Amino acid sequence: MNGPERTVGTQGLVFNEPLIFEQGSPGRVGYSLPPCDVPEKPPETLIPPHLLRGPIPGLPEVSEVDVVRHYTRISQWNFGIDLGFYPLGSCTMKYNPRVNEDMVRLPGFAKAHPYLPDALAQGALELLWELERYLAEISGLDRVSLHPSAGAHGELTGVMMIRAYHQSKGNPRRKIIIPESAHGTNPASSALCGYQVVPVKSGPRGVVEPEAVAAVMDDQVAAVMITNPNTLGLFEEHIAEIAAIVHAKGGQVYCDGANLNAIMGVTRPGDWGVDVIQINLHKTFSQPHGGGGPGAGPVAVRKHLAPFMPVPTVEKTGDSYALDFDRPKSIGKVRSFATSFGVMVRAYAYIRSLGAAGLTQVAETAVLNANYIMHQLKGVYHLPYDRPCMHECVFSDAIQLRHDVKTLDIAKRLMDYGFHPPTIYFPLIVSGALMIEPTETESKETLDQFIAAMREIAREAREEPEVVRAAPHTPRVSRMDETRAARQPILRWKPAH
Amino acid sequence: MRYIPNTKQDCQAMLQTIGAGSVDELFADVPGPLRLRRALKIPPALAEAELVKRLRALAARNADADRYNSFLGAGCYDHFSPAIIGHLVSRGEFLTAYTPYQPEISQGTLQAGFEYQTLVCQLTGMEVSNASMYEGASATAEAILMAHRITGRTEVVVGRAVHPEYRQVARTYAAQVGLVFREIPFTEAGVTDRDAVTRALGSQTACLVVQYPNFFGGVEELVPLAEAAHAVGALLVVCVAEPIALGLLKSPGECGADLVTGEGQGLGTGMNYGGPALGFLATREQHVRHLPGRLVGQTVDRDGRPGYVLTLATREQHIRREKATSNICTAESLIALMATIYLVSMGPQGLRAVALQNLRKAAYAKGRLGKVPGCGIRFGGPTFNEFVVRVAKKPAAILKHLLKHDIIGGVDLGRFYPDLADCLLLCVTEQKTREEIDALIQALGGVR
Repeated sequence: MNGPERTVGTQGLVFNEPLIFEQGSPGRVGYSLPPCDVPEKPPETLIPPHLLRGPIPGLPEVSEVDVVRHYTRISQWNFGIDLGFYPLGSCTMKYNPRVNEDMVRLPGFAKAHPYLPDALAQGALELLWELERYLAEISGLDRVSLHPSAGAHGELTGVMMIRAYHQSKGNPRRKIIIPESAHGTNPASSALCGYQVVPVKSGPRGVVEPEAVAAVMDDQVAAVMITNPNTLGLFEEHIAEIAAIVHAKGGQVYCDGANLNAIMGVTRPGDWGVDVIQINLHKTFSQPHGGGGPGAGPVAVRKHLAPFMPVPTVEKTGDSYALDFDRPKSIGKVRSFATSFGVMVRAYAYIRSLGAAGLTQVAETAVLNANYIMHQLKGVYHLPYDRPCMHECVFSDAIQLRHDVKTLDIAKRLMDYGFHPPTIYFPLIVSGALMIEPTETESKETLDQFIAAMREIAREAREEPEVVRAAPHTPRVSRMDETRAARQPILRWKPAH
Repeated sequence: MRYIPNTKQDCQAMLQTIGAGSVDELFADVPGPLRLRRALKIPPALAEAELVKRLRALAARNADADRYNSFLGAGCYDHFSPAIIGHLVSRGEFLTAYTPYQPEISQGTLQAGFEYQTLVCQLTGMEVSNASMYEGASATAEAILMAHRITGRTEVVVGRAVHPEYRQVARTYAAQVGLVFREIPFTEAGVTDRDAVTRALGSQTACLVVQYPNFFGGVEELVPLAEAAHAVGALLVVCVAEPIALGLLKSPGECGADLVTGEGQGLGTGMNYGGPALGFLATREQHVRHLPGRLVGQTVDRDGRPGYVLTLATREQHIRREKATSNICTAESLIALMATIYLVSMGPQGLRAVALQNLRKAAYAKGRLGKVPGCGIRFGGPTFNEFVVRVAKKPAAILKHLLKHDIIGGVDLGRFYPDLADCLLLCVTEQKTREEIDALIQALGGVR
């Protein structure tokens, strides 16, 4: 390979497109409404005039064609999984099956109201009930709340349940132990529940050592919150021992399930001694990420925590299903209505499409793909923890730094080769981290192209580092001035006067 | 499996390169006793055609708004969604992208986010909006926590006419950090009792929370409430569960609100049995560094071309960890895009027109229902597209009777308010025809 010209990163016709507010013309419309078939009373006769407003100034006046073209054009400035390889570590950017999108749009799902009497929502409830059983089986736990709206929301809900559990024993406790390699949401969720965070370092092999946990574990620790596989893509091999240490002092074991996709069908958190885990449906179960949501973060718990689950739960009696709000020990609610139902439909469809064998194959293939990349790039890029990985591998820029090329430059240069960059500068415990997660939905050819591009960039870093430092060269815009954005925030459009 | 491209041969070749004998070897770090040495107890894979059949069968067992004459609202509204919304958000570039961490190849999501933030500001009359929250109730809870951070105070005064689920969620969040709630009764007009508000407000009040229009559809007078809150140094949090109302009602920002939060589901995003929906949170510029969630900002690239980035990230969990403004990260970007497309399609005229139809159709239904024997309008104040009907018979019996006519007659308020156990909450959107409203009236006339 020689430069990005021969790889997939090329451009078609790309348009400049102003903000929608800068388009249109007074009186142009993009909507239609049926004629009003009831008496058209003046609004002032129904609402006191001082509470009324006129047409909202600044809203654009555009036609339907304008709207379609505008959003189609700006969509073309985005990279997505549908366009190519998106090895964004920890985010699990796998293919999103299109049939799932069709299923969500079935009128019986899309046009069902959340306050339908249970008798009129039996299909929705049956789907939720079955999905809970599948997620319980995959996680090895007893009950699953489908209530939380995102992974971080699931963490918060899980920590709230842990707090309620300890409270029921007379003392909510004060601290939560969190490894330094954790996602920032772990400490933030703990803080929202009033807990003080006790950090622990990973050992030399990249995993948490039982001794480190034992040293800080006491009867004021409510829980340990541990991501497994962790953010280095390594399996926390001492997890069962750590769980025993925490349980011995009455603590709970929270597993951040962000990386469940690596182990699905191979090993189960419930079998390690985990009491709570959130399951990111937008990662493992292929909910499209949509530019940043919606996702969902169901929380699976062991039996003793089930009384504290948020309301409602879905219960089955005989052949009928019902929402259960009558749970006196429940933490309450963290959102309106029962669940992000549309996300649940997609997860259900995904699980049924894969089946038991397919789900295990997902984990095995994801792990094989990550190990293949790791093996092929080892030596070309610095590998801080040289051992088999799970679904992702973490390199650093230590070799390229000799040529004053850093992780950010490598990431930007990958765009010119037609790839989305990996996650960068995370986990924080690896300086200049490049976190690569290929997922199971990429072919060997794609992985080989990516490996070739990464090698080529390493060569460039040695021989023509300025090309890498000035990247990206292909996208519509070059590197953005983020400092300016933060120092002089412009957070909305305003009409010019 | 059609979602997994690698064949057995591909896998063999890769294993050979790695120098591993089998995939199993790659899992060597998983201690043997922890391995699941059996298949998952999950049914075998369905082909696409079988899957579609299964899901169609499940969907058919729900009473959707196309097949039933439904008057359900209460925080989830049946508004018409133009076809282009579904088509545009199905584009893979929007659908299959992640949070725009790499702005050079995410300008579509970022520009749309900037447009969304602007539209929320225009709708609410505020100065700055974040890029989305999960949904209305947790957004309201986060607004309360934000008011607590800004004022350093620990009491929350909240009207009972705020959606009961929003109050429950706010309490669940706030209980973790020990905030104290004072609830304010509603008047016979169906709005928050102003005198009771004044009595409850004090030097420890972080914020006053009211819903606009409120849970009963009533239109609160925000100006005196804002004055009362500000007089004691508290903030006014206005939550909006039905954003279509803002096409007609004076914006909360104009009335003195400090934070405006709520639910954007009404903006053409569909009901979906309650989710995913769209939380929003907007405030004044002075409070921007207390905002939770993502923010899109305008900037320029190296060559001076305008563009957009995620900004002010020092508020957020991935930088600040336990000191962040919230744990929220990814929220509802694609739903925010749906709302954006809805709002720009409607424009100033369309938004006003659809709000007017909601108002007029609900007024028509309210007027007729008030004359049905055994029914009466519970509250005297002005309402938008929802209202409360007091019924002489048991609400459950009435709903059951209506169901025989394929009518879903609203929410039995006894579920949330023991003092309104003889009442139904009905919603009439632009989707209801006069014929459907008349069918409700006729069926109610037949209740024995």
